[in-house]
Amino acid sequence: MQSTTRLFDDNSRKALADAPLQQALGKLSSNFTVKRALAAARLPEFEALRDQARDIKDHVLAHLDIYLERFEANVVAQGGVVHWCRDADEARATVLAICHEAGARTATKSKSMITEEIALNDHLEANGIEPIETDLGEYIIQLRHEHPSHLIAPAIHLNKNQVEATFRAAHTDLPPGRNLEEPRSLLEEARAKLRRRFLDADVGITGANMLIAETGSIVTVTNEGNADLTMTLPRVHIAIASIEKIVPTLEDATTLLRVLARSATGQENSVYTTFATGSRRTDDADGPSAFHVVLLDGGRSSLIGGAFQDMLRCIRCGACLNHCPVYGAIGGHAYGWVYSGPIGSVLTPGLIGIAEAAKLPGASTLCGRCEAVCPVRIPLPRLLRQWREKEFEQGLQSKTARFGLGLWAFLARRPQLYRAVVGVVMRILGRLARRHGSFYNLPFAAGWTADRELPAPEGRTFIDQWRARAGGHR
Amino acid sequence: MNTSSLQPPASPRIGLFVTCLVDVVRPSIGFAAVRLLEAAGARVEVPLAQTCCGQPAYNSGDREDTCAIARQVIEAFAGFDYVVAPSGSCAGMLRRHYPELFETADPWRARAEDLAGRTWELLSFLADVMQADIVGDWPARATYHDACSGLRELGVKTQPRSLLAGIAGLELIEAPTAETCCGFGGTFCVKYPDISTKIVDAKLDDAAATGAGLLLGGDLGCLMNIAGRAKRRGVPLEVRHTAEVLAGMTDLPAIGSGRG
Ligand code: SF4
Repeated sequence: MQSTTRLFDDNSRKALADAPLQQALGKLSSNFTVKRALAAARLPEFEALRDQARDIKDHVLAHLDIYLERFEANVVAQGGVVHWCRDADEARATVLAICHEAGARTATKSKSMITEEIALNDHLEANGIEPIETDLGEYIIQLRHEHPSHLIAPAIHLNKNQVEATFRAAHTDLPPGRNLEEPRSLLEEARAKLRRRFLDADVGITGANMLIAETGSIVTVTNEGNADLTMTLPRVHIAIASIEKIVPTLEDATTLLRVLARSATGQENSVYTTFATGSRRTDDADGPSAFHVVLLDGGRSSLIGGAFQDMLRCIRCGACLNHCPVYGAIGGHAYGWVYSGPIGSVLTPGLIGIAEAAKLPGASTLCGRCEAVCPVRIPLPRLLRQWREKEFEQGLQSKTARFGLGLWAFLARRPQLYRAVVGVVMRILGRLARRHGSFYNLPFAAGWTADRELPAPEGRTFIDQWRARAGGHR
Repeated sequence: MNTSSLQPPASPRIGLFVTCLVDVVRPSIGFAAVRLLEAAGARVEVPLAQTCCGQPAYNSGDREDTCAIARQVIEAFAGFDYVVAPSGSCAGMLRRHYPELFETADPWRARAEDLAGRTWELLSFLADVMQADIVGDWPARATYHDACSGLRELGVKTQPRSLLAGIAGLELIEAPTAETCCGFGGTFCVKYPDISTKIVDAKLDDAAATGAGLLLGGDLGCLMNIAGRAKRRGVPLEVRHTAEVLAGMTDLPAIGSGRG
């Protein structure tokens, strides 16, 4: 996917002015954060499970090669094929080749962020294969030629009226006078449209929430059951996942599942949790005759063993987005690439480079709520700060910011000089604003005073008063 | 947490880390801290070689200046029984982040850890260590802002509330979003002012919805942000640092209000 993260400032200004988006974001708290808190509170061992989940992922990342090879051996033993892809180009080419080989004209898809990362839909379309998104949210944004704005709720930026308009514009074969007032009727209409497509598709492409090394299974988690239809109805099933999605055992997978849905939506379990293993066996009632797993590295292996490895623990639950004040203000699209919110701001520089994504690590108040809710305890604020260090080292911050910080640091490292300077400045400012108590406008604090008053200093600094009163230490 | 530090010496010697914002913008909070600490039986000293905890540099990725400032603070606050700051953010910096600045083998690491073990945020220090008994009287309806670092790095949540319970007439009305960030974030609010404004507006709306005319909190940065935005929007909300109220310094103009 092409990134627009360089335009973060413009993107976010537009997002702040987008009324339907703001209305949708206003519901994040009641839809997600409140429910997550209740789910966590209901399960006494939730905090201990988070520790276990973190440890499982850390263990995997330390032995990734072993588990990936074990996974491949077990996929092959179950009649499947594993394709190792270094980057987006290789992954796209691999999927296309499988589709061509199957003589595919249409491919159903269930939600997969990796296919967003490698811009698979564009590639398939350009090569004469029609991709059909089957997750309701993904279906809507595909009709609108948009990208997901949330890890688990891809169309969260839209309201019902927008969806209705989209359906009316796309489903021109249906009576124009039909009633689409209720969300239910929108869902029914999408279902009816998709039913045929499910049955006609030659290839089904799913993501995978986890890959299980000991069985060669993939795990998908949905609330709509669309992943199941996508993988069982067509002749060929392609599961596409990044390498860090691996877990050693079924037992480990269940530990992660116990924190995943609770963190994501506050559900104990998603409605559908599916373990798919290999291709159809002779005594299976259904299933694909060919099973492919496309494993994408996509820059992840270069993060292993480095200062940013922790971000590879992510299980894409979306909790950090739901609890982030910045995401809550601007939504997902403003971040300009596949991943948004706190995890997007650490992942994007890691996957497409800090120069391209330089605007993201700074776009956080470091309030720490993301880390407080992350089911695998990723220290997101620390990772954001580490990216800021990289930016600082590479001189990627604005000249004004660097100059201001440099001047401030020069003074802060020299207490006597600092005292002399701030002492004078505060006396002047204090006198200027004594009556009003704050500044409406200060030229060197324009970023602050554009939208808020700057509370004025009282006048003499604490240290000056203390020194005058007691002669230093007393 | 070092549990032995919960039994303070009879009259502990305290180094007050004033914090740069309190020092220059609202020294009264510093004097409120002194008054409260002394009333609780501590001896308060103020090392003059202090400027700032270094967060502006730390959060901007400037590791070298951060370490230099950290060493300066470690040096200035050597030897005190406790180091107390009227800010969860600055106390969190000393307590949680200073040790991480230095490699394990670096001698400064041990000194940073020693400082971290002695450092407290003012309100939690008064409640948890000094077990201060605060008695006062001030009729007001207040709501509380749990500033992020204090809350999530240091667990400051119940302490200010239990201290405020000693102020007769003060009614605390909790906002459901008391723990949500106010959008200050240090340099964040000037680098991304539009987003910051959106966040602080939500905070103000939630605070106003409680019906309280007063917002209290323990971090001046957040309070300046909230007060500054309230004044610009004309939201009638007084903003004060909790220490001022506990120390009976309520005749001060509220943050951002004039004397005229
Ligand atoms: S970083 Fe943590 S909270 Fe955010 S999506 Fe990943 S697992 Fe969930």
